[in-house]
Amino acid sequence: MKDWPVWEVFIRPRNGLDHRHVGSLHAPDGEMALELARDLYCRRGEGQSIWVVPAAAIVASAPEDRDSFFEPLEKEYRHAQHYRIPPEVKGM
Amino acid sequence: MAAGAELFSYLLRLGDDALILGQRLSELVGRAPEIEEEMALINISLDLIGQARLLLSYAGEVEGAGRDEDDLAYLRDVLDFRNHLLVELPNGDFAHTICRLFLVSAFKEQQYEALARSRDERLAAIAAKALKEVRYHVRHSGAWMVRLGDGTEESHARAQRALDALWMYTGELFTPDALDRAMAEAGVGPDVAALKPGWDERVNAVLREATLRRPEDGWMQSGGKDGRMHTEHLGHILAEMQFLRRAYPDATAW
Repeated sequence: MKDWPVWEVFIRPRNGLDHRHVGSLHAPDGEMALELARDLYCRRGEGQSIWVVPAAAIVASAPEDRDSFFEPLEKEYRHAQHYRIPPEVKGM
Repeated sequence: MAAGAELFSYLLRLGDDALILGQRLSELVGRAPEIEEEMALINISLDLIGQARLLLSYAGEVEGAGRDEDDLAYLRDVLDFRNHLLVELPNGDFAHTICRLFLVSAFKEQQYEALARSRDERLAAIAAKALKEVRYHVRHSGAWMVRLGDGTEESHARAQRALDALWMYTGELFTPDALDRAMAEAGVGPDVAALKPGWDERVNAVLREATLRRPEDGWMQSGGKDGRMHTEHLGHILAEMQFLRRAYPDATAW
């Protein structure tokens, strides 16, 4: 049991909301990961739906990519506030 | 409606099954093979203790002697317990723990399904609630049966050994005695022999997928539910479970 893979757990708290990442766990396979997710993360009625995903299937950004990935630079035109709304437009 | 004394004994049967198996599983706190599985087993343990509370509280009311759920759980001795022998056996290795949980849960699923239609409304309501929990217990322990049986050579051998060792304790579940018959006649409980086909179907399906061999029905142990002869293991569980309450009988808060 030492080599059980890691699974990431996503729970949808209510109908109409998105699945949110809540944590991870070790399990031998997907079905068991689902059951253990239920036992670990849904003990107090937290969820309506569970997704489990093998952690190995996640492609993650690297810390050293931060500058090129996430620095916003001078691109204010990407924000709605950048644009002046003409007075003719009402109810924006 | 069933007479008070009979209903009381019958409720003890149901409540003691849940209490003793719940106590058995709680022994795995801090000792299960993986922390995730430990949480799963302890959730099941707590489900069972919750069922025991409902059933023993009701039993105390039916008895009308002023005993509550705690008095019944902590102040009765071995001969007054009415659980099936199967639930009091030691956990053994992980395969043995899972195999017993599966065999009992598959029985409880059939039993509570029938009890949910009981003429006794309070018992029917308790059974309906317990059934939801027990269905998950069957699913989880059944999934493990398949993984162990159809797993490695070692896990298969251990699962088969557990099944072979436990089988002689399954006969008691489906052999009615006078109390079972009286309860069935009163419309309170099911005919326990009639629960067998549903149990067989569930058990056979899991064993097939687990590539485990169903043992032959041979000599069957009995004596738990009628209190005639418990195994030596029950006294040890009670010693651990009841020690605190008996040592501090006047304590009012825990």
